[in-house]
Amino acid sequence: MDIKKTPKKLNVKEKYRLMTRDLAWEPSYRDEKEIYPYVDYEGIKVHDWSKWEDPFRLTMDAYWKYQAEKERKYYAIIDAHAQNNGHLNVTDARYLTAIKLFLQGISPGEYSAHRGFARVGREFAGVGPQVACQMQSIDEIRHAQTQVHAMSNYNKFYNGFKDFATQRDRIWYTSVPRSFFDDAMSAGPFEFLIAIGFSFEYVLTNLLFVPFMSGAAYNGDMATCTFGFSAQSDEARHMTLGLECIKFMLEQDPDNIPIVQKWIDKWFWRGCRLLTLVAAMMDYMLPKRVMSWREAWNIYGVENGNALFRDLARYGIRPPMHWDDVEKSIDHTSHQIMLGLYQWKFGTAFHSWTPTDSDIEWLKEKYPTTFEKYYLPRWEYAIAQKEAGGEYNNFGLPKLCQTCQLPCLFTEPDDPTQLAHRETEYEGEKYHFCSDGCQHVFEQEPEKYIQAWLPMPALMQAPLKGDLAAWMEWVSLEPTAAGEYANSEDKANFEKWRKQVSTD
Amino acid sequence: MQIDVQTVSIEQKNKAFSHLIKRFGDKKIPSRYQEASYDLQAVENLHYRPTWAPEQELYDPNLSKIRMNDWYDLKDPRQFYYSTYTLNRAKQQETMESNFKTVETLGLIEGMPDPVLAIVQDVLIPLRHVNYAANLNNTLVCGYGYGTVFTQPCVYHAMDNLGIAQYLSRLGLMIGDVEALEAAKQDWMDSDAWQPLRRSLEDLLCVRDPVEVFIKQNFVLDGLLYPLVFQRIVDQNLVEQGGSGISILTQFMTNWYLESVRWMDSVVKTMAAESAENKAVLEEWIDTAANHFTSVLLPVAGLAVAGNAADDLVSDVHDELMKRAKKAGLFK
Repeated sequence: MDIKKTPKKLNVKEKYRLMTRDLAWEPSYRDEKEIYPYVDYEGIKVHDWSKWEDPFRLTMDAYWKYQAEKERKYYAIIDAHAQNNGHLNVTDARYLTAIKLFLQGISPGEYSAHRGFARVGREFAGVGPQVACQMQSIDEIRHAQTQVHAMSNYNKFYNGFKDFATQRDRIWYTSVPRSFFDDAMSAGPFEFLIAIGFSFEYVLTNLLFVPFMSGAAYNGDMATCTFGFSAQSDEARHMTLGLECIKFMLEQDPDNIPIVQKWIDKWFWRGCRLLTLVAAMMDYMLPKRVMSWREAWNIYGVENGNALFRDLARYGIRPPMHWDDVEKSIDHTSHQIMLGLYQWKFGTAFHSWTPTDSDIEWLKEKYPTTFEKYYLPRWEYAIAQKEAGGEYNNFGLPKLCQTCQLPCLFTEPDDPTQLAHRETEYEGEKYHFCSDGCQHVFEQEPEKYIQAWLPMPALMQAPLKGDLAAWMEWVSLEPTAAGEYANSEDKANFEKWRKQVSTD
Repeated sequence: MQIDVQTVSIEQKNKAFSHLIKRFGDKKIPSRYQEASYDLQAVENLHYRPTWAPEQELYDPNLSKIRMNDWYDLKDPRQFYYSTYTLNRAKQQETMESNFKTVETLGLIEGMPDPVLAIVQDVLIPLRHVNYAANLNNTLVCGYGYGTVFTQPCVYHAMDNLGIAQYLSRLGLMIGDVEALEAAKQDWMDSDAWQPLRRSLEDLLCVRDPVEVFIKQNFVLDGLLYPLVFQRIVDQNLVEQGGSGISILTQFMTNWYLESVRWMDSVVKTMAAESAENKAVLEEWIDTAANHFTSVLLPVAGLAVAGNAADDLVSDVHDELMKRAKKAGLFK
């Protein structure tokens, strides 16, 4: 062979093919099934892995270069934020509840996604999806870490941050996001991609990130909005991957369509239930509001969702089952969740509060058909109790939904005066659900969901046996981190420090 | 509201996150590496068992024969978390970029003797497939290993292996265009010299014990391959024959290997010190794999040097590896 030739100019696609696709080979000493043992059992048929279209053609040298640039900027900003007491720039200390919830609930999810994408980045039998998933895996650990680093400074001054690692595994409300990510990770590689890559990243991520990051920007939290913006270009890649993977599955074999549809139904519903916490954040936890949950849903849920499912219709995919139930719930969920969090505030590592007069005016305006009629009276009751020197608490333990793990506090889709409650009997045991959607998910795979770790029953069993103080110790919940915002150390300190600033 | 807050000095409430105080006390502010690495993985109240292997836990230390009381003992002496990792690699890729440019501008490849280029073609370019296997193996360890300080560097290592495969591909394109890559793949698939290694890697890709994969791929195979190919064949033999330009283009691999050795040795040492049982398992893995891979690499070395010299090279690197193992507390 002539080994001194002037190299041809290769186009990007061809060059990327040589740099990734061409590295793999067809094994001949071992069977592919031994190397990729988990690629078949979900029933997805793949005839030709090479049909996978690389969603982004990024070689490692380019990846290192771009990402390092972003890292440099990011850490410069959060260092400055820490040095300059940037935490005193937030609107007021109520805002911190939003980011405490983020650190306890979402950052561990980023970590799970990191591990999950590493697994599927190994299990897929094609080098295209392998490399794409590995890149997402390394991005996801970036997100978990930048979030922990941003919150580290808040932890120095406020309650509710320091025990996030224990609370991730033990406190009751974090089991909502945890069970979501555990559910995805314990599924097969294709379902994992539909769950995280498609439903979460593609359909729902805008509803999580846009509200959170604009909320941070509106409320003066430079640290959080910086990680949001820094993560944005990663997210764009992840969304492309999510869409590519679903198209790939649908194009490989018509038998894949009903399987994929089933997963879309499941993960859309699981995702929407998870996002009810974001709904409460948007409507109640931001001292300066960006937009209502309803407005966010109209843009990022309805508009984007319609366009997407119109596009997928040509594959024979229909919009997710229970879409209508979600639509009907949008004007209700944030109020229902926040009332729930408020009445169980003795057991949360963040503060909650009753809405102020101006909050109430805003909520009335944004939810003209529901807030005043159904939820204002309940808030007024809580406010009256507070004014009479009492406190509105519910020391009864909520019944948790076996699937989404939220308390069964949602109402019937067509009757906001009726609590929804569903039951299924499986092998002689009764299981409870908050909705038709969650019951449906359970009934598709009861042998999976009966394994769910439910934090409320755990409190009643040995060794805690219903001892609330012992439970608080076990979940590392200090009384100062919990309860009503008005009486909190966070509020007192924040106001004292701010005063110090203005008198200096 | 923008306020001037620089002048305010306020008292801190918490020195650090509780899980870090529990591990390291509260005398020192935890490093960003510690914050980014310790206790990030869920440990208890895992919700569901994997549908792909219901006998396993979602994070399961028992996937390995190696037992650790605390997997977070296996820290990375380089203290890599995403940021330090990418900043380091970005710097190295900048150097490599200018190295490629230098070699191109000076026309170093054109001026290189044919025998040198033949060795590059026969020995270096097929290695991109070895890196691909290493990429998959490290991805497995990251996915299924236990504890973030152990699993996190494995995803970096996986991406590094992909990066090296891509540098080797560029080198191939430089010396012989697409045909160079095609010929190397042909060798990888069919030529006698490469078949034992390819077979061994296909075997390793079937192993599911994450620590076993880690040891055999990273400690043993890389511990023989990099000293053999990059330190000896490239940096000594090829340089002597007028191939310094190649050594410039494999600088990343040489430095990366030296850096990785620190991490490997520290992990092996900590695992070995944990218990006699661990020590026995590690010795068994390393001894068998070292002998096996040494024999597998012999025909590869033979592509670069003749007869006895190849024997000497591989037995040299075998000794070097066993010295590292001894230093880590094994085989004593």
